[in-house]
Amino acid sequence: MIRIREAKLAGARMPRKKGGFARRGLLIAMGLVAAVLAAAADDGERFAAERAALVNEIEAYGRRDPSEGQDGFDDRVLRALREVERHRFVPASELPQAYANHPLPIGYGQTISQPYIVALMTDLVDPQPDDVVLEVGTGSGYQAAVLAKLVRQVYTIEIIEPLADEARGRLAALGYDNVTTRLGDGYFGWEDQAPFDAIVVTAAASHVPPPLIAQLKPGGRMVIPVGGRFAVQYLLLVEKTAAGETVTRQISAVRFVPLTGDH
Amino acid sequence: MIFLAVGLVSSAAIAYELLLMRLLSIVQWHHFAWMIISLALLGYGASGSFIALARSWLMPRFETAFGGAALLFSLSMVGCLILGQRVPFNALAVIWEPAQLLYLALLYLLFMVPFFFAACCIGLAFTGRGHAAERIYFFDLVGAGLGAALAIAALFRLPPQWAAVLFAALPVAASLAVAPARLWRSAGHGARMLALAQLAWLLGLAWLASGDRIALRVSEFKALSQALEVVDARVVAVRSGPLGLLTVVDSPRVPFRHAPGLSFTTRHLPPEQLAVFSDAEGLSVINRLTAGPENLGFLGDVTAALPYQLLDRPETLVLGAGAGYDVLLALHNGAARVDAVELNPQMLGLLRGEFAAYSGNLFEHERVDWHVAEARGFVSRSAKRYDLVQVAMLDSAAVAGAGAQALSENYVYTVEAIGRYLERLEPGGLLAITRWINLPPRDSLKLAATVIEALRRAGVQAPGERLMVVRSWNTVTLVVRNGAFTPQEIAAGRAFARQRSFDTAWYPGMPAAEANRYNRLDQPWLYQGIGALLGEGRDAYIDRYKFDIAPATDQRPYFFNFFKWRVLPEILALRERGGAGLVEWGYPVLVGTLAQALLAGAALILLPLWLWRRRAAAAERAPRGIALYFFLLGLAFLFVEIAFIQKFTLFLSHPLYAVAVVLAGFLVFAGLGSLCSTRLAARLGGGANRAVTAAVVALSLIVVAYLWLLPLLFARFLGQPDLVRVVISAGLIAPLAFCMGMPFPLGLRRLDAEAPGFIPWAWGLNGFASVISAALATLLAIEFGFDVVLLLAVFLYGVSAFQFTRTPAENGKASRL
Repeated sequence: MIRIREAKLAGARMPRKKGGFARRGLLIAMGLVAAVLAAAADDGERFAAERAALVNEIEAYGRRDPSEGQDGFDDRVLRALREVERHRFVPASELPQAYANHPLPIGYGQTISQPYIVALMTDLVDPQPDDVVLEVGTGSGYQAAVLAKLVRQVYTIEIIEPLADEARGRLAALGYDNVTTRLGDGYFGWEDQAPFDAIVVTAAASHVPPPLIAQLKPGGRMVIPVGGRFAVQYLLLVEKTAAGETVTRQISAVRFVPLTGDH
Repeated sequence: MIFLAVGLVSSAAIAYELLLMRLLSIVQWHHFAWMIISLALLGYGASGSFIALARSWLMPRFETAFGGAALLFSLSMVGCLILGQRVPFNALAVIWEPAQLLYLALLYLLFMVPFFFAACCIGLAFTGRGHAAERIYFFDLVGAGLGAALAIAALFRLPPQWAAVLFAALPVAASLAVAPARLWRSAGHGARMLALAQLAWLLGLAWLASGDRIALRVSEFKALSQALEVVDARVVAVRSGPLGLLTVVDSPRVPFRHAPGLSFTTRHLPPEQLAVFSDAEGLSVINRLTAGPENLGFLGDVTAALPYQLLDRPETLVLGAGAGYDVLLALHNGAARVDAVELNPQMLGLLRGEFAAYSGNLFEHERVDWHVAEARGFVSRSAKRYDLVQVAMLDSAAVAGAGAQALSENYVYTVEAIGRYLERLEPGGLLAITRWINLPPRDSLKLAATVIEALRRAGVQAPGERLMVVRSWNTVTLVVRNGAFTPQEIAAGRAFARQRSFDTAWYPGMPAAEANRYNRLDQPWLYQGIGALLGEGRDAYIDRYKFDIAPATDQRPYFFNFFKWRVLPEILALRERGGAGLVEWGYPVLVGTLAQALLAGAALILLPLWLWRRRAAAAERAPRGIALYFFLLGLAFLFVEIAFIQKFTLFLSHPLYAVAVVLAGFLVFAGLGSLCSTRLAARLGGGANRAVTAAVVALSLIVVAYLWLLPLLFARFLGQPDLVRVVISAGLIAPLAFCMGMPFPLGLRRLDAEAPGFIPWAWGLNGFASVISAALATLLAIEFGFDVVLLLAVFLYGVSAFQFTRTPAENGKASRL
């Protein structure tokens, strides 16, 4: 079965282009609550700085086996990570850690993934602006938010009811209107919206659900992290060739060769 | 009455220790449970320091002090269980948050409290009644032996949290026995307060026993907790026993679909399933078969189906049948008959009882015979030969991946075990073992190395001719043939793999180009590794590999330990960029335990001892080297006990009964030895020196003889019924344990005559040594094997006897530690 958990809840929506009306509204709001928001604004600045540092770190680590013509992570993926406010997706108790490059608990035995792993998974499915993506395991909504920055539409399914509710509310509040959430069984994918250009599954099960493979477009990609909740062992990348043949690649998150040299 | 009380406290202490191991294995993970309990036992050491420093205050009110300590022991048994579960320790996050280590420390400091009070009782008894040391030690040991048996019996009947209440009643009885209400008139204020407290706590225990008052708070990150978070999931049955807590979960809205290594190309989906969790982890499933067997098509499309492609209607033996997944695999793929072996009778009870209909009456299936037995023992005792021996994969991928089992001895995956399985094969028969794949490969290559070594030991010249290995993205199935594979079989195996998009990782004559076709690894690690393990350079390969993949043996039965020190810095440096999954926890936990035990020992025992010696009067000073004597005895006693528990586990072929019989046997016979020690000393003369020497020489001879004799005896009698093997075991343990029971009370007797103030220190040092000993024995066994542990024990006994005898008994001159 597909056990969907981990966290990915919807994050912050980046500022839209503001028209005159929005700007005026913004000014009024600022004028009225400036004092109240002072502390929060400080927080916002601090988070922004932390976020920038985190993404710089991820960029420096790079992707261990970039696709052809690339040096590291796709710039678009990094840009999405710079935009999505991870601190809006973590529980209050974990706020100080929001931009640590760690997985964090979000309740219900679930976690919000390590940012580096989110970058890697997002990069591996090679999201394109016109893509329709399925996510199995909404969690906090963070991964869905990152994907939402990069593709046309994200469908995401969660099996833990409170998490699904929270994520739906959070994504809506942050303005991610190209994410559709659902409570239910991820094993059979989302038949009505299939096929998908990419599928992101946020926790591995004993097997890859054949219905999910069926809902992948030819040329589509599915990525699944394998391992413990706080320690991903490797990523499973499932590719459906143009001819419809399924091939997997097991990609270690790190360059770690089990054999040393000949010494 | 004091003797009875000591026995009661001892039995409660060991029962509580075994219970904690169960409980913490359920709410946390086994290796951390082990660590917490090991360190909690430092409470024994600390009690010695406490009594020594407070001796002049404690001794005049001996009964009240003993009774109070016993009562506090009882209170803290229950209190710490409740409080301990509120510590938010998350073992999985240790790599990210060093602060978790503080919670861990808090946990073992908390659980130190009950052991501290238990040890205070016994230490007080030794200190206050040192002239009867051999009788106290007798009741201490026999009580502990009975406590071990009681714990296991109770765990069969009661959930662990209820057993806790039962065990907590024992020290109250001890408290009442020593400080009974009749003291009310004669004794002072303290005794009266104690009597009131006894009464109040008895009422408290009665209240606890009247309902389900102590909840188990399972870590939210364990598989069971997570399964229950799923919408509409619920527990439908629970079975509690000493082998584990089984929890059956139904999840109708998001059904379980357990099918390890299911092919991408399959047209079949798994049927509805119930999940059975062992200790809130380790998922196995009961497949719903009410619709008939036609919905089992998926079982033809998993890697574990490989051997059935090479055999026609095989007579099959399934080792580790669990809730029946592998039995269905055999039946679906055409096995003529199945012998299904499962250790845990409660697991079979589920299939036989309330889930019989759900499972399509699998338990009554005409082609299946079920056996409640340990796999290794069953194979050793059976004379039957099979076309197929199938070793099931019962651990979960997550557990296998985290090194959580690294410290558990495992006798299913050793060179000797594989050898036994191979002996059970008909000519042309197959042994099939399926495991999860970890990346970079660990257990898959260790399994290959173990199998190849077993074939070599059986005299097979070209093991590579008998191997076929197929892998999916997450499972690997290794098949060993009794004889070289035929071209037809190779063709059938290859076709099976190709049709299901599985990769072959080895078959005789396999070209490298075929190794990495459908499920692509960075390198064809498995193919390359198996090739290297079959070649001349295998030792160098194993040495160079960054994980420990050397074959597991009965001497070093740590199949699941893959840790190598030299790789740790590299892995820690990589954790931020996705390297966290490379950490193997078991071994570092073991070393961390040992290091903390040494530090805590220094702080709790050596430092106060040093302070005390500075101000102790010369007359109070202990004989030279006596501290070392008690310390070494503590080390050596447990070395012997632990190593023999391992050896007898194999012979008695049941982890639980072996521990019960061997532990109880050791303790009871050592207790008898203690009881006879003074008589022996009197007969031999020369103070206690001759008796100690005689005991140590005798036990050393026995240990060395057993190193050679036990394998022969075990081979000879392994086929005997359980009862006969238990009697043989007890008979073998008796003389050894009898000798081991003597040195400690003889030493205490000498102290009682020469330096009674040192008795609590001796008790504390001995307890401290026991903690170090348990961790050290496992460490040594992982590195060098159990025989080395035993030889070291003999050496330590020798040194301790030398220490004891080099000062004539009448010479009480001052000494240094």
